Amino acid sequence: MSVTAHPSSTPAGTDAYDPVFSGAVLEQLGEILARYPTKQAGLLPALWIVQRARGWISDRNMAEVAEVLGLTPAYVKGVVTFYTMYHQHPVGKHFVQVCTTSPCNICGAEAVAKAFLETTGAKELGATSPDGKWTVIEVECLGACGFATPVLVDDDFIESVTPDKVPELVRKYK
Amino acid sequence: MGYPHKPHPRETVVLSKYFGDADARTYKGWVKRGGYEMLAQALTMEPAKVIDIVKESGLRGRGGAGFPTGLKWSFMPKEKKKPHYLCVNADESEPGTFKDREIMRWTPHALLEGSAIAAHAIQAEVVYIYIRGEFTEPWTYMERALAEASAAKVFGAIKIYLHRGAGAYICGEETALMNSIEGKRGNPRIKPPFPAAAGVFGMPTTINNVETLAAIPPILKQGAAWYKGLSLSSPKSSGTKLFSVCGHVQKPGNYEVTMGFPLKDLVYELCGGMRSGRTLKACIPGGSSVPILNREETESCLLDYEGVVERGSMLGSGGVIVFDDSADMVYQIMRLARFYAHESCAQCTQCREGTAWTTKILERILAGQGKMADLDLLLDLSENMTGKTICVLSDSCAAPVVSGIKRFKNEFEDYIAGRRKPVMVA
Repeated sequence: MSVTAHPSSTPAGTDAYDPVFSGAVLEQLGEILARYPTKQAGLLPALWIVQRARGWISDRNMAEVAEVLGLTPAYVKGVVTFYTMYHQHPVGKHFVQVCTTSPCNICGAEAVAKAFLETTGAKELGATSPDGKWTVIEVECLGACGFATPVLVDDDFIESVTPDKVPELVRKYK
Repeated sequence: MGYPHKPHPRETVVLSKYFGDADARTYKGWVKRGGYEMLAQALTMEPAKVIDIVKESGLRGRGGAGFPTGLKWSFMPKEKKKPHYLCVNADESEPGTFKDREIMRWTPHALLEGSAIAAHAIQAEVVYIYIRGEFTEPWTYMERALAEASAAKVFGAIKIYLHRGAGAYICGEETALMNSIEGKRGNPRIKPPFPAAAGVFGMPTTINNVETLAAIPPILKQGAAWYKGLSLSSPKSSGTKLFSVCGHVQKPGNYEVTMGFPLKDLVYELCGGMRSGRTLKACIPGGSSVPILNREETESCLLDYEGVVERGSMLGSGGVIVFDDSADMVYQIMRLARFYAHESCAQCTQCREGTAWTTKILERILAGQGKMADLDLLLDLSENMTGKTICVLSDSCAAPVVSGIKRFKNEFEDYIAGRRKPVMVA
């Protein structure tokens, strides 16, 4: 199944919009769509492409994805809001996910989350630090309970994090 | 456990043989270890013959439901009229469970080989491996392995694709998983129709867990009788299981033991027992969605499907969560309820409202504002959340709540009576 860039793929607005799906990226999406019998099935992969390219998924991004896949913006938004890993607003340069579900919770996960908040200056869960470098959130089970507490920093899955290891971890990411 | 991992002498190493062996996750390394021989053999066999072997082996789904695998495969249409699909459930999100992750990052080819054999058996042309979005490391190794094996053309006409999830526990439910692949919100579907009749894209589909599929090549290689024989107690449960042990034990990690293995030995011997000065208070044997066992039940529990049911819980995913006497059971049950409240897809009223309400009541109790009537209310809520919804997420929230109140009532009463200081702020 192929997709083509079309003038109407660019969502209208008062400012110019820089499309995500053009050139090589559009080709990449075309390859992905060939795996499924419907264009709609390309939605989750398309949203990941947008987030990787832009850091988050804006309303205009959603409108573009809708155009490219033959869906409506409202439908796309319904999917974006369902899945917790898609960002609907800009986040810090580094995005930290700390698991605090029970198996990690009994191994001190909440202290790890607190340590990240303090060390990064983000202060509050979900907020971005004043220097724009960090956003820290608590998440549900990351599937590494025997390696408590696991933490995702961007795409890096780090095991066995304890509060004392946090300062060094934070330093590693500039 | 750290790597390289030396198996405990009482483990029965089948799936975990190459955990920690970096060479085994390369295509060449896997072939050197006998990999893809069984796939080559299976591709020359009649699909029905492959199904028979798996049926005979007694293999049951390792994701949590424990449905007989061969039987599930046999539900697919024998006569090929439409495209058939295999979906691999690599959405591993059940609290306490971390085995599929290990299979994918250490033996990705085992999963690929098992998936391809399964696809052949159910006459599926396409395999989607649904990997949860947070599993960045397993994704990398699966992607690499898939590219290498595809280049070596071992899969014949079968197409295998990776599909990335984006943060939703409920997408581990087989019908929600299919909806997610289709590009929809991960809402479970009412069954019937069952996936074998109308699954992904409305086509006949089988969904299997990662650990289930990883067991297929060894079963084909060493035979159904061998696999059946790997059971200490019940003939109804055969083979080995990767138990993910976590929480308050000295040596958390994945341990592969035969079905029927005593839970007591797993915790006290293989995992090195409790932390210094601590005693076991509670244990959840099969991932957070199964009832919590107290100490006596834990120490007398045999790890197979019937054995755990006998003690009042379920084998589930085999995620063993151990709580010692330092654990605040009320807080942890609240935290589990909150997990389910976060993860509810919100279709069914009992689940959407019940998980949130359950969490609120527990938070109130922990904030020192609980009443004795709250316990009856929680049990009443839990009853309405059980057996009455499209999927079992609702039931899964009720399980720790009901079993927790039953076995640790004193801890709830301590908070309600003010004997224990509040740990939350209302």
